[in-house]
Order: sequence, then structure tokens, then C-alpha cells
Amino acid sequence: MGAAALVSGAYGNESTAPRPERPPPGGHPVRVGNLARPRHRPRTRRPRRAGAPLTAAGSGPGHPKPDGPRRAPHDILARVFLTITATGTDAAPATDLGFLLHKHPDKAQEFATARGTAHVFYPEATAARCTAALLLDVDPVGLVRAARGNGGKGRGRTPDSALAQYVNDRPYAASSLLAVALGRVFRTAMTGVSRTHPERAAAPLPLRVEVPAVPARGGPELVRRLFAPMGWQVTADPVPLDPAFPEWGDSRYVSLALDGEVRLADALRHLYVLLPVLDDAKHYGVAPDEVDKLLRAGEGWLEDHPEQRLITGRYLSRRWSLAREALERLELARLAESDDAEPEELDNAVDETADTEEKPVPLAVQRRAAIAEALRAAGAARVLDLGCGQGQLVKELLNDPRFTEIVGVDVSVRALAAAGRRLRLDRMGERQAARVTLLQSALTYTDRRLAGYDAAVLSEVVEHVDPPRLPALEYAVLGSARPATVIVTTPNAEYNVRWESLPAGHVRHADHRFEWTRAEFRAWAGPVAARFGYTVAYRGVGPDDPEVGPPTQLAVFTRTGTDNHVATPKEAS
Amino acid sequence: MSDTTGRRLGVPDLCLVVLIGTTGSGKSTFARRHFKPTEVLSSDFCRGLVADDENDQSASRDAFEVLHYIAGKRLAAGRLTVVDATSVQPEARRQLVRLAREHDVLPVAIVLDVPESVCRERNAARPDRADMGAHVIPRQRRELRRGLRGLSREGFRTVHHLRGTAEVDAAEVVLERRYNDLAHRTGPFDLVGDVHGCASELETLLTRLGYVDGVHPEGRTAVFVGDLVDRGPDSPGVLRRVMGMVEAGSALCVPGNHENKLGRLLHGRNVKVSHGLAETVEQLERAEAAEPGFRERVRTFVDGLVSHYVLDGGRLVVSHAGLPEKYHGRTSGRVRSFALYGDTTGETDEYGLPVRYPWAEDYRGRAAVVYGHTPTPEASWVNNTLCLDTGCVFGGRLTALRWPERELVDVPAERVWYEPVKPLAAGTGTGTGTGTGDGSAAGPADRPLDLADVHGRRVVETGQHGRVAVREENAAAALEVMSRFAVDPRLLLYLPPTMAPTATAAAEGHLEHPAEAFAAYRADGVARVVCEEKHMGSRAVALVCRDAGTAERRFGLPAGTGVTGALHTRTGRPFFTDGERTEQVLARVRAAATAAGLWTELDTDWLLLDAELLPWSLKAGGLLRQQYAAVGAASRAVFPGALAALEATRTRLARTAPAPGAHPDADADPTTALAALLARQHGRAADAEAFAAAYRSYCWPVDGLDGVRLAPFQLLAAEGRNLAAEPHDAQLARLDRLVGHDPSGLLQRTGRLYVDTGDDESVAAGVRWWEEMTAAGGEGMVVKPLEALVRNGDGRLVQPGVKCRGREYLRIIYGPEYTRPENLTRLRHRHLGHKRSLALREYALGLEALDRLAAGEPLWRVHEAVFAVLALESEPVDPRL
Repeated sequence: MGAAALVSGAYGNESTAPRPERPPPGGHPVRVGNLARPRHRPRTRRPRRAGAPLTAAGSGPGHPKPDGPRRAPHDILARVFLTITATGTDAAPATDLGFLLHKHPDKAQEFATARGTAHVFYPEATAARCTAALLLDVDPVGLVRAARGNGGKGRGRTPDSALAQYVNDRPYAASSLLAVALGRVFRTAMTGVSRTHPERAAAPLPLRVEVPAVPARGGPELVRRLFAPMGWQVTADPVPLDPAFPEWGDSRYVSLALDGEVRLADALRHLYVLLPVLDDAKHYGVAPDEVDKLLRAGEGWLEDHPEQRLITGRYLSRRWSLAREALERLELARLAESDDAEPEELDNAVDETADTEEKPVPLAVQRRAAIAEALRAAGAARVLDLGCGQGQLVKELLNDPRFTEIVGVDVSVRALAAAGRRLRLDRMGERQAARVTLLQSALTYTDRRLAGYDAAVLSEVVEHVDPPRLPALEYAVLGSARPATVIVTTPNAEYNVRWESLPAGHVRHADHRFEWTRAEFRAWAGPVAARFGYTVAYRGVGPDDPEVGPPTQLAVFTRTGTDNHVATPKEAS
Repeated sequence: MSDTTGRRLGVPDLCLVVLIGTTGSGKSTFARRHFKPTEVLSSDFCRGLVADDENDQSASRDAFEVLHYIAGKRLAAGRLTVVDATSVQPEARRQLVRLAREHDVLPVAIVLDVPESVCRERNAARPDRADMGAHVIPRQRRELRRGLRGLSREGFRTVHHLRGTAEVDAAEVVLERRYNDLAHRTGPFDLVGDVHGCASELETLLTRLGYVDGVHPEGRTAVFVGDLVDRGPDSPGVLRRVMGMVEAGSALCVPGNHENKLGRLLHGRNVKVSHGLAETVEQLERAEAAEPGFRERVRTFVDGLVSHYVLDGGRLVVSHAGLPEKYHGRTSGRVRSFALYGDTTGETDEYGLPVRYPWAEDYRGRAAVVYGHTPTPEASWVNNTLCLDTGCVFGGRLTALRWPERELVDVPAERVWYEPVKPLAAGTGTGTGTGTGDGSAAGPADRPLDLADVHGRRVVETGQHGRVAVREENAAAALEVMSRFAVDPRLLLYLPPTMAPTATAAAEGHLEHPAEAFAAYRADGVARVVCEEKHMGSRAVALVCRDAGTAERRFGLPAGTGVTGALHTRTGRPFFTDGERTEQVLARVRAAATAAGLWTELDTDWLLLDAELLPWSLKAGGLLRQQYAAVGAASRAVFPGALAALEATRTRLARTAPAPGAHPDADADPTTALAALLARQHGRAADAEAFAAAYRSYCWPVDGLDGVRLAPFQLLAAEGRNLAAEPHDAQLARLDRLVGHDPSGLLQRTGRLYVDTGDDESVAAGVRWWEEMTAAGGEGMVVKPLEALVRNGDGRLVQPGVKCRGREYLRIIYGPEYTRPENLTRLRHRHLGHKRSLALREYALGLEALDRLAAGEPLWRVHEAVFAVLALESEPVDPRL
């Protein structure tokens, strides 16, 4: 009794919100004869329900209100299918699986879940072999429209593309849904408690689990690494994207089969945790008890799992970022949408999972130290960090009181928001806060607000600008903002051969429009400096490899007295 | 006897009026009688604002800060402002004079000099002032009298001293037009550049302009931008001609720095005789000898010159050295100084000449500014400003601008009359573009546009749809895409507007159907529409120049890059990361345009095309694989197993009798329900296959340019012309010729059918055409009013087009199963209002960009409208529409 009570809160509900239409604990099935009109799930309630997981994450003021998916969430339609097969003997019949799952093999049963209807049925049920199938039947149109009812205020209550992409599209990812359905439909089985067959529940069974389409970030290899440690024999085959276009290669799906002698409850809990981990996009904004859920479901196998860090990391990592991202990238995502592009193609200024700094981290640290040193040497007090990204350098400069004014400039609103969080601007003391400004600007436009500073830093920025647009940046910084000192850092392409993880001929970041050799950097910097009346000196950052030089190259531009070629724009007023 | 007729108090229509008088002298009453209530700022009122008590003297400091702040805002906006405070203390007046100067307006003092007894009586009658100390009024009167004599020294250019109540009561304020405000004179004008004593060239030019002995038979007015004298052979001759025309009313003239210096010399001031002044002095002496009194006439003429003029309803400003917008129509020492000398940086160049601040590059004003002063090799527009000094005296030419025609007329110098200190070609301007064309960036090559032109909340004035607002967050997103991904703004002259779908279909099984489109246009009074095949590709805008030289001249690209245009997506991103491939596409279009004779036909060196680039997979490959193919892959992986499992279960349960008593409620036959579930899953599997088939038809492999197709459907613009409002049949006929002259197979014709919305048979034919096309795998069609730019009976813009997408194509948009009746029923509730409004706003912005481009407006003006389209694209709207 106590166990059952504990369990009902432990698994299965993505939301802690009241669920009036939920069948009582233990999951009394709705009878098959009632498929057309489910008793416990009046249709009128569904629209209100579907958005619940999202509001669970962000019901407070200031949290995003999802409007609905950008496109119909197609990819959930068929993927949500799984079979569990037990083999047995007359003495230990495979059909005991029905008892352990608390689902009768001779019935086809249907359960309401937040996302649709879960069907459980048995394609085969003999003493030698018994297969239970779980099929989740999702109503895509209902999802879209329901989500809209949840948050679509104004603007004709239209579903919003971007929120959909970032809150809703991922939510509907199959694995997460399936995991929820598992927890919902086989809740009792997952606890390992069986009143009728306690000894069978406690013992390993010869099992085969098949999930024909698992979205797996990390591919078959990771699938094996995740399941094999628990004694599963893993078969993981990639699913091709489209046989009509073999050149497109494999999809992110893997066809998965697990064979092993495993306790049924454990098998279910493995799936419950690892399917969402493989998908790497849990669909619910995490409720506060998410950690507890993971601990309970992981009990007995996760503690010693060699991939424990990856599992817990992925399971819990995206908790808040999902909701936050949703707010910060709406407009950009819509622009991507209107241009038939993946939002990530445009919105790549902030990578919260992998940060923008290469590993090992020390190079980034060395780079910042080198920049700060160059700024000190130039005697700069009022400094612009042009392309400040998430504010790492701004934060470092704040530690040195000689920098009296630090302006972090970026074109990405999301990056600036991330920088604001990193710097804890909202909690900073007044005096300290007065030293920092974050502002959106673009280096392909002149900006009067940037004039009159001692120094400007362009750290790992120029390589993100298309070469034909570089002259605009040169003018904006050296001609218009025109600080006494400009510090530019950029990767040294020659050094790339020393990065073991970097395939030959590749750039270090997908958004790099180019990477320069030392000679190319100088061929750019020299004439530019001369044109705008600066002198330039070079140095390296990081270990200076005798053959290929340092990983990062740094140039210090110093303005020379008066300059007859380009005048300093003055304040208009 | 007091003056009963009343004194006429002249007050410039833009100035700061300071009323001076003790408490009770009747300032507020005076102000009420002569000025609009909103023009008057009273210190009492401001005290009330900050302290809830109009007489709380302790709040004076804050109250005056508020007053000065509001006065500043009004003056900056060019509004007459009256300060109603005692202003008897010099310090109080000093602040107001400073304020007036800061905004380059004249301070005007009106003194209400009323006897003490009157003031005391009036105050006594007011309960709120009854307890005012008896010493206040006498003290204020003493201060007033002390300050009276010094008012003009304090900076008041006009002082009206009203003595006694009768004079105060009888006075009449008359607003006077400022000297520099000739906005009521609409010309037409002929603006003439720096003459510098080149009398012969001036006569030749005037003749070419049509003047006969200084008078134009059509009543045109010549406007001289100054520097008539010095350096050249006959300054008196030039002066004689210009003075005669000005006196006769057939010319206007603003002073140049050389006239200014000459004026000072003629007044006997000590000036350094250099820069050609020596020649003028000598010539004047000879002229004086021949015509006594000539020097005096010149002195009077020069003294009377007004620093600059605002002409033609405010559309034209003339000043010798140019003028930033905030100085237009203003009066102050620094305005005059700017008008005469321009803005220098304080530095000198290698020739020892002052470095001039390039004010024109920052110029964003609506008025065209025409000026001289800085010799340039060629007169060219920069940001709606034009320098007419083409160095005639240095052997260049004497140039005039016909206004409003914006035509340049010039005559060559007869010889080099004066050796320039630095060669003409090394002038500060590296202006690009010819004639009225100004597609260059805001000045020297590579100077980018300014952030202030696009950043933050903005309102863009459009000719077709009024003011279109851009919200800050949308501008921020557009800024990121524009600066990180888009092509150079110089090549980004247009972004296509979004298009609304047709109203939701009534026909069964359809979400969109042409019947609604035809009906809607008929209702809007559009009799004839064109149905255009919707190509299965990505929207592309192509700017095709005749050659790289055109791109440099017209669009200000740096020389030597070989770039001849751009091919960009609907968010301005280049289609191909590799510029060579872009050039290959442009080369094929160019060859076709040449073969079709379009350059001559349109008298242009460049074309801007709206088109579709195929296949869709070329650009949207990532999206196709991530979003669409993945769905197909998953369903292919899942359905066979799921269907087999369901089938097996049904077969097994049909054999097995339900086990009685095994479960208390297991009495129904599960196989019936299973059959239904199975049927549904079969349906889903079929839908998934149909979905995959739908996206596959938009994918095909390309190799280089093999397999790539470009289907132009509108010619947007050519030099001097916005063609987007041309009827579509003419458009398509021209484009057919373009396609027909392309031997490379790149260009593809756009299929079309014309429909009479009032003719049932024609409408039925339109529907049939759509059905056939979509049945064959086509994406659908777009229905547009034949006349392109159309307004309905209410004068509102009609949608420039609506899309009718095919039933199968919509699977990609609404999901594989959208056609199921239960889904369609729900999907029909779509809200089109916002999408339609957005489509119209973006359409108007697109047209605006093209209009500005055609009118040769500065790049920032074109970019403003283009940027706004991009920003609006980030507004929230149902993306499936």
C-alpha cells in the first residue's frame, strides 16, 4: 500500500498539476469496448490538458507562454512504439509478463496520457513467448490547437513559430513521450512490486525489448555504451533518412533491440531514464522533483554506470535553458522560419551546452589574460569589448579597478542576456554596476555610442564576419569608433593541425567564415592599420609551436597622433 | 496722450520670446492674448508641477529646470516658445539666452514696464499673492530698471520695451517670417555653383540655362551658392550680373566665405589679402574708376546676404558650405559660420588646407541641401546633398542644378584661371554615382551605414500605406541577421514581403482552394487576376548589373572585386556561400538580358528580379533532412512492426475466446476495437508515405549549376524606375523574352493563367488549372490582381497576391494527417487577419524601398525600408499561413 502510494508520485507524471481525469493509481484500464468514447477522458478536457507540462515549468510571471508548434509535430506520429518480449517455459510461462505488467494479455487496453492515448496489446502470448506492445497514439492537430489555447493571447491567437520550435517541438520528441507513457502505464511494474508473482518480479527474466525508432544523439555507439553496462546485448542500427536519397545518409533515429536476462522493473526503468537521455531533449520543463525521479529510477544501476555523468547531465541539464531560450530567440527563430532555415543556422551566437570556448579551457583563459595585459600596457581605462558574447572578458576586466568603464557590445540579444546573467548585473552593487554597460550594436554599421573610448577589444570576432563585410567592420571600429588602442585576436589556422579533435581542413567553429594563417592575418592587419592611421604589433597567445606558431594570434593597433585620412566623427549634438 | 493705435511688435516665427516684468505686471495676460496657450511656459505653472504650489519660491530651482527642459524640447522641434517668468535678474535671462543659442534661434525680449502701484493693486486682488512681502515688487522694479539698458548686450537681438499699461494693452504681436525662410518660393530654380570671377563661363551657363540678359522667359529663378568673387578674371563682372539679377528679383544669392571676407575688407577691416582676394581688390578699383559707387553697391549687396535659404516648401536648402538639418531655418552665429565655412576638424591636410568634417555623410535630412565651397571633380549626390563646386576657376567646370528636375547642366572652364593648391582630383569627396543616382554608401567607399538609421523602434513613412511601425525587439533580431548573415546593404535593395494564403476553403477535403481567392478579389472589385504557378523552390532576389563597372558606379562597390550583383534569400542571405557560383548565375541572366535587349529597352545598366530558385533542397536541405525526412524515416522504421503487431494481436484474440473471470470487466470483444485501431494506423502509415512523396518532389540533386533553375516572376526595378506596380501581363511577357533568350537552361518560365473573376466559366477554368497542377505534384499557385498595385472601393490596398497551396503540399506544412476530416475541421479555424495585415505592411515597405531606389535616394533611405521588411518578418504570426 505504502509502496504503491510512493510510486504513484515517483514516476510518470510530467506535471504535478492536478489531473482530474487521470485514472486512479494502478492504472485501471479503460475498456476496449469504449475506445470510441473513453470514459475517463472527456474530449472537452483535452485542450486544457495538453499544455500542462509547459506551464508546470513556467507558470510564474515572466515565464514563456507557449503558443504552439511552428509546424505540426509530425515526428511523433509513429515513433512512439515499443515491444517487450519475454521467453519462458511451461514451468515459468512467458505469459507471466502480463501479471508483472499488470496488463491482461487477452485484452487490448487504452490509457489516457497527457499527449494522447497509449494502447497496450499482446501480439503473442504463449508460455514460450509473450510480447507486450505499447503504442502511443498522438493527436497532432489537437496538440497544436490545445497549446494555443494555453498561451495564445492577442495576435489573433495564432500559434507562434518560435516558441513551438523551442518549447513544443522538442517536447513532442518520441522518447520523452514514450518514457512518460511507460511510467504512466506500467507504473506499478516499474516498482518491481507484484502481489501475485513476487518471486517472478524479483528475478531476472529473459527479455527482448524492441524500439524501432529511438532518436539518439550520439548514434548507435552511444546507445551501446548506455545499455550494455546493465547486461543488455545491444543491437542498434541507424535508420536511413530517405531511401530515395541515399546521399542524405542516416537519420538521428536508431532501431534498437535489447536482449538480456534482466528484472522487468529494471528494464522499464532503464528505458524510462535512457530514452530521454538519448533524445537529449526532455519535453517537460523540469519540475522540482526531477532529481528525485532520476534517483529513484536510477536506483541500483545508475550509481556505477560508466556514463553516469553524461546521463545525469543530459537528463537534468536543459532544465531552465529551454524556457529561457524560448523567450530570447523568438524573433530570430521566426526569421529563420521565413527563410526555410533551421533556427540554429542563424541563432548560433550562444551555445549554452558547449560554450564558445574550445577545450581545453586554459587557452581561453590565457587569451583573456593576454588581452587584459595588453589593455593595461596601453593604459586603457575605458574599454569596449566588441563582440562580448557571454561576457567572459567583461567579467575578468571588472576585477581590475583600473578599468573604470567596460562596455560589452554584441549583436546577439541572447548573448547579451547571457552576459547579464553571468555578470549578475541585477545583483551587482551600484558602484560596480556603474562600470559596466551591455549594449546591442552591429560592427557592420557605424555607431556613435562607441566613439571616445580608450580601447576596443575584438576577441575572436573578425572570423565571424563574411570577408566582403570586413571593410565595414574596419571602418566602424578604426574609422568611426576610433579608440586609441584596438586589440584583435583570431585563431591561427596553421595551428589547427595540432588540434587532435579537429578534422583536417575544418575550422574551429561552424560559424567561422574563415581562419587566417599568421601571414594572412598580417596581410590584413597591416594595410588596415595604415589606412586608418594606426600602427600594429603582433604577438601570440598559447604555446608557441616552433612549426605552426601559437593557437591564437593577437594584434595591438595603436592610433598615431592626428590623422588626415579619416576624420573622427563627432557627437551630432 | 498714449498710443492708441498700438505698437506693432515684430517677432520671428521661430524664436525664444522672453517676457520681462515684475510680478503683477500682466505677463500672463499678455502671453494669453498674443500666443497660443501651448507656446507659453510659465514659471508659476512649473512650480505647481514640481511642488503643488505655484507660489512656492523654494521650488524655483526645480521649476526652472523643468521650464528650461520643456523650452529646449520645443525649440529643438522648431516651435516658437514664450517664457512667462519675471526674468528681471540678469542671471535668469542669461540662461534663457544660452538656451536660445543652443537651439540656434534668436532670443526676443518684451519688457512690460508697468508702474509699481498697478502691480501692487493686481497682486492684492489675487488671494494666492495677498501675503507677498511688500518689498518684492520694488526690488524687482529696481532690478528691471538696472537691466533694461543692457538687454541687447546680453544677446537679445530684438527688444520691445512697452511703457505703461496703455502701451501694453494696445500692443500687437506680429509674427514675421525669418529671413532665411523662403519656403513659399517654389521656383523652379537653377542653382549655380562657385563662380569665382569666371564671368564669361557664367554668361555661357546662364545662356545654356535659358536666361536672356539675366531673366528667364519661363520665370525661373537662379540661385547662387556663393563665392562669386576672387581668383578669377572678372569678379566685378560676376557681381554686376548677379547683383542685377537679385535686384530684379530673378535670382537669389547666399554668401560664400569669399564674399564675407570681401565685405569685411570693404568695411575697412584688417583682413589678410590672400586666396585670390588681391585680384578682386585690384579689379574692384578699376571698376570703381569706371563706375563710381560700385564699391558701395557691392558693400550693400554683401551686407544684405542671408546665410542660407530654405526653399520650395522646405524641400530645398541652399547654403555655401552645406548645412546639417538641425541648422535649417535657424539663426545664430554658428549657423552662419557653418554656412560660410563648413565644419572643420581643426586639422590640416598635406597641402595645408583645413580638413573638413564630412557632414554630408551623416546627413539624414529630408530636404535636399545644395552647396558649393569644396571643389570636387564631379557634382554627385551624397545623402540628398549636392556640392556644385566643380572648380571652374581651377580649370574644371561651372555647374548648375535644375530644380525640381534635378538635372545637372555644366560648362567647361575656358582655361585654368588659377592654379589650385591641391589637384582637383584629390578633392575630399570620393563621391560615386552619376546624375541623380546615389546608390553609394553614405560617402567614401567602405563607410558603412549608421546604426541610428535602423536601430530601435522606428516608423517608416511609406507612400502606399502610411506609417509603418517597427518594434524594437523586431529591429534587434533584424539587426543580427542583417549584420551577420546578409549581403552588403549596397546590394540588398529589396526583400520580398510575406504573402497571405487565400481564405480558408469551403470545399470538402481542402484547406485552401482557388475559389476563395477569386471570390475575394471579385469582392474587392478586381475584375481580372493572374494565376501564377508557384514554383517549388526558394524565394530569391537577383540584382544583375551589366558589368562590374556598373556595380561600382551605381552601387558604390569597391573597385576590382569583379562583383556584378547579388543573389539573396528572403532574409537577405547569399544563396551561395561561394561568390563564384553567384557570379555564374548572374552571368547567365545577364547574357539572357543582353540577348533579349532589355538593357536598351529599359535604358538601364542593372535589373532587380524577384524569382524562385529551384530546387527547394538546394537551400532548405538542412531543414528537409532535419524536419521532414526524419518524419518519414521514423514512420518507415515503426509502422511495419506496429502494424504487424496489431495484426497478430487481432488474429490471436479472434482465435482465443475471452477468458471469463480473468478480469471482471473483460466482456467486450476486443477485436472490434483493435480493428478500428488497426485501420487508423494503416491510414497513418499511408499519410506518412504521402508526406514523404510530397517533400521528395521538391528535392533533386544539383552539381555546380546543373539542376539549378531560376524562375523570375517579376522585374522589380531598373535604373530610375520602380517596375513593381506594372501590370503582371506586361511583366510576364517581358520575362518570357528573358527566359526565351537563355540558352543555358537556368531560367524557367512561370506558368500562368488569366481569370475574369466575374465570369463563372473563367473561374472554373482557373480552378481546373490549379487542380491539374497540384495533382501533378505542383506546390500550388499565387493569384494576383492583374494590375498589381490596386486599391479597393474604400481606397485601401488590396492584397498584392494570395497563395493557394496544393492539398498534398500542405502536408508538409500542416502534418501528414491534416487531411483527415476530424483534423481538417479543427484546422479550418485559422486566423488570417494578422498575416494579411503583415503582408500589406511588408508589401508597402518593399514598394517604398523600390521607390526610393528609383528616385536615387541615399542608400540609408533604401536600407531603412528593406531593414523594416526584415524586422516585420520576425513578428509573431502563425508560420503555417
